[in-house]
Amino acid sequence: MSAQATSAAEPQRNYLNADYGIKSWLLTTDHKRIGLMYLLTMTLFFFLGGAFAVAIRLELATPHGDLVESETYNKLFTMHGVIMIFFFLIPSIPAVLGNFLLPLMLGARDLAFPRLNLLTWYLFTIGGVFTLYAVVSGGVDTGWTFYTPYSSTYANTHVIATALGVFITGFSSILTGLNFIVTTHKMRAPGLTWFRLPLFVWAHYATSLIQILGTPVLATAILLVGIERLFGVGIFDPKLGGDPVLFQHLFWFYSHPAVYIMILPSMGVISELISTFARKRVFGYSFIAMSSLAIAILGFFVWGHHMFVSGQSVYAGVVFSLLSMLVAVPSAVKVFNWTATLYKGSIQFSTPMIYALGFLGLFTIGGLTGLFLATLAVDVHVHDTYFVVAHFHYIMVGGALMAYLGGLHFWWPKITGRMYPEFLGKISAVIIFLGFNLTFFPQFLLGYLGMPRRYHVYPDEFQVLNVLSSAGASILGLGYLIPMAYLVWSLKYGKRAPSNPWRASGLEWTTPSPPATFNFDRTPVVTTEAYHYSEELGAPRTGTDVREVEIV
Amino acid sequence: MSSHDEHHGASLRTYLVIFGSLLALTGLTVWVAFHDFGSFNTPLALVIAGVKGTLVVLYFMHVRYNSRLVWVFAAAGFLWLMILFGFTFSDYLTRDAAEATVQDVPAWPTR
Amino acid sequence: MSDPGGAVLHQFDDLDQQVEAGRLGMWAFLIQEVLFFGGMFAVYAVYRHRFPESFAEGSHHLDVLLGGVNTVILIGSSLTAALAVHAAERGHARGIVTWLVGTIVLGGAFLGVKAVEYSHKFHDGLIPGSGFVSAQFETENVEVFYSLYFVLTGMHALHMVIGVGIMIWLIALTLRGYITKERQQYIEFFGLYWHFVDIVWIFLFPLLYLLGRHG
Repeated sequence: MSAQATSAAEPQRNYLNADYGIKSWLLTTDHKRIGLMYLLTMTLFFFLGGAFAVAIRLELATPHGDLVESETYNKLFTMHGVIMIFFFLIPSIPAVLGNFLLPLMLGARDLAFPRLNLLTWYLFTIGGVFTLYAVVSGGVDTGWTFYTPYSSTYANTHVIATALGVFITGFSSILTGLNFIVTTHKMRAPGLTWFRLPLFVWAHYATSLIQILGTPVLATAILLVGIERLFGVGIFDPKLGGDPVLFQHLFWFYSHPAVYIMILPSMGVISELISTFARKRVFGYSFIAMSSLAIAILGFFVWGHHMFVSGQSVYAGVVFSLLSMLVAVPSAVKVFNWTATLYKGSIQFSTPMIYALGFLGLFTIGGLTGLFLATLAVDVHVHDTYFVVAHFHYIMVGGALMAYLGGLHFWWPKITGRMYPEFLGKISAVIIFLGFNLTFFPQFLLGYLGMPRRYHVYPDEFQVLNVLSSAGASILGLGYLIPMAYLVWSLKYGKRAPSNPWRASGLEWTTPSPPATFNFDRTPVVTTEAYHYSEELGAPRTGTDVREVEIV
Repeated sequence: MSSHDEHHGASLRTYLVIFGSLLALTGLTVWVAFHDFGSFNTPLALVIAGVKGTLVVLYFMHVRYNSRLVWVFAAAGFLWLMILFGFTFSDYLTRDAAEATVQDVPAWPTR
Repeated sequence: MSDPGGAVLHQFDDLDQQVEAGRLGMWAFLIQEVLFFGGMFAVYAVYRHRFPESFAEGSHHLDVLLGGVNTVILIGSSLTAALAVHAAERGHARGIVTWLVGTIVLGGAFLGVKAVEYSHKFHDGLIPGSGFVSAQFETENVEVFYSLYFVLTGMHALHMVIGVGIMIWLIALTLRGYITKERQQYIEFFGLYWHFVDIVWIFLFPLLYLLGRHG
C-alpha cells in the first residue's frame, strides 16, 4: 500500500488499540505487546545502570577518593555491571526486538509458546525486583562475577538477593531462547526455507542456542554459591577442600558465551540495517548465517581466557588462548561481508545506518583488542586493567548497544506506527559515537599504562586520561537522553508511519504499521530469498506473495 | 493425524523388556561395584549407567520413534556436557604438571 | 484447518505443527536441565578426581540397600509413566489416571526412602556445615562429598516433588475430560520430564553409593 493511503487516515485496528487497560497488557500473550513491556522495563534498568556509571565516572575524575569510599565504589561498579549485563544487555535485543520481530519475520501469528513468553517477562521482572531490593537495601560489592570465596564466605553485602535475582532472570533468558528455537523450527511461513530467512533470525537462533546450553550452568554456579553462603557448606571454600577456580570454570562456561548472547543479536540487526540502507542484498549471506552459528559454538570453547592468571593450569591456558583466536575468524567474516555489502551500494545515511556504521568501526576495535587479550602472554600484562574494561565496552556498548539503538530506530515506525524526528536522530547518533570514543578510548591507554580496574583512587599521572573519559561519559549520557526524549515525544507527535518507510524487504514490512494483533491477515507465502532488492534503486520487490488462509 | 500418532510409541512388550533390562543392569552395576576391576571401576559404572540412560532415552522417551531433529536435540545436551567436562578437566588434569613447571604458583589448598 | 478436538491453539495451523512444536520445546527444556545437573556433576567429577579416598570413604557411609531399592522404585515409576503415555496415545482416560496414580505412589515411596536416608545422615552427623562430624573419617575433605551428595540428591528430589505436583494436576485434567486424544501430549511431555529425572538418578546411584565398595 502507498505511503499516503496509510498516513492520511487513522490507523485501523492494530495490536496497540485492540484492547485497552492495564490488564490487557499484564495478561497479554501477544509477542508485540510483551516486547513493548520488555522495552519499558529494560529502559528503566538501563538508566539505573547508567546512573551507577555516572557515579563511577564522577569519582574517577579526580585521583583521590573524594566522592565515595572504597566500599561504596565496589558497590557502584558491581551494581553497574549486574544491572547492565543481566538486566539490560543480555535481554535487550532478543527480548525487545526479537520478541517483536521474530514472528513477523517468519510470517507467523505469534511465537510458538505465547504464554511462556509472558512468563519470561514476569520472571525477568521478579528477578529485577530482587536485584532492586539488593540495590536499595545497601547494595552488593562482589563484582558482577560473584567470585568465590569472597561472595560465598566474606562479603557482607546482599549477595543472596542479587544472586537470586540473576538466577530467576536466567530462567527468563532460557525460556526466551527455547521459544525462539522452536518458533524458528516450526513456525516459518510456507516457502520460507532456512536460507531465505533474514539474518536477524539466524542470529537469534544462534543466540538462543547459547541461552539454552549455557545459562543453566550459570544457574548451577549461582545455586552452589547461594547454598555455600547460606549453610556454610564447603563447595568452593578452600578451607574445606574446595577450589574457588572451579566456580570460575562454571561461571565462565556461561558468561563467556553470554558475551555472544549480547553481540550476536546485534550482528543480526546490523545485517538488516546495512542491506536496507545500502539497498543491496547482503554480500555472502550464507557466510554470515553460518558464522553466527560458528560464533555460538566456538564461544563455548574459550571460557578459560578469563582465567589466565587465576591459578588455572598454564597448559589449559595455552589451549584456551589458541581457541580464543579462532573466534576472530567468524567475526571477521561478518565484518568483511558487511563492508563488501556497502561496496557500490546506494548508501543512505539515515539514523539507523549511522548507528550501523558506528557499530562496524567500534566492533572492529573491540574485536581486535580482544585478540590482544586472547594472547596469553599479553593478557598477563593487561589483565584486570582498564584495557579490559575498554575492550568489553567497545563490544558491549559500541557493539551491542549501538545496534540496539539502531534497530530500535529502524523498527520504531513498525512498533509504534510513528516516525521519529530524523534530524535529531542523526545528531544524537553522532553524539553517541563521539561521546563513546572519548569515554572509552582513553581507557585503552590507561589500561596499557597499568591502571587496574575496580579501584576508586589512582596515581596523579593518570588524571588527564581519566578526565577525558569522564568528559566523554557526560557527552555519551547526553546522547542517550536525546533519543529517550524524542522517541517518547514521537509517540504522540511523530508523523504517522507508512507500512514500509525504508522501502525495505522483509516480511515485517508487508504488515501495516503498527501490525494487527495476529500480524498477517493472510499467511504470507515466500517465493524469493531475503534482501531481494532490485537492480534499479526503486521500490524493493518484497519477495512475498499472499495466499488466502483463514485465521481463527 | 491421530492415526499417525498411534504408531508413535513403543509396544507394551517393548516397555516391559526395557524395564527388565534396566533392572538387570542395576543389578550388574551393584555387582561390578563389589568387585575390583582396577582402573576400570569408574568407566564400567559410567558405561552401565550410560547404557541404561540410552535405553530410557530411546524407548521410554520415544527418541527412537521421533524425528531426526529430536534426535539432534537429545544429542546436543550430551555433547555440551562433554564440552563442559572436557575443558574443565583440561585444567585439572594438567594442573599438577603445570605447577611443577611454573614456580611460585600456590599449591592446591588443603586443610 | 484441521482441528478435530478443538485442541489447536491460535498460533498454530494444525495439530501436527502444535504437537511437534511442543515436543521440540520439551526437548529444549530437557537440554537445559541436562546442563543444569551437568554443572553439578562437573563439580562432583573435579572433587572426586582430587579426593578419591575421601569420596570412597564418604560413600561407604551411604546405604547401598536403600539406594538400590530406590533405584528399582524409580525405574518402576518410569515404566508406569511410560504406560500412562501409552494409555494417552490410545485415549484411555482410565488408563492414564491409573498409571499416573501408580507413578505418584512409586515417586512418593522414593521420596519416603530418601527422607529416611536423610534422617540417618542427620543422626550420624553427616550434614555438612556446622553439624558435620569430620572426626569420624580417616581422610580429610569428606565434607565436600556430603555437600555434593545433598546438593545433587536434593535437586533431584526437588524435581521429583515438582513432577508429583504436575501429575496431580494432570489427573485432575483427565478426570475433567480435558485430556482427549488430541491433547495426549500433556501426558507425553510430562513423561519426558519424569524419564529425565529417572536418568539423573541412574547416574547418581553408582556415582554416590557405589564408590570403592570392593575394598
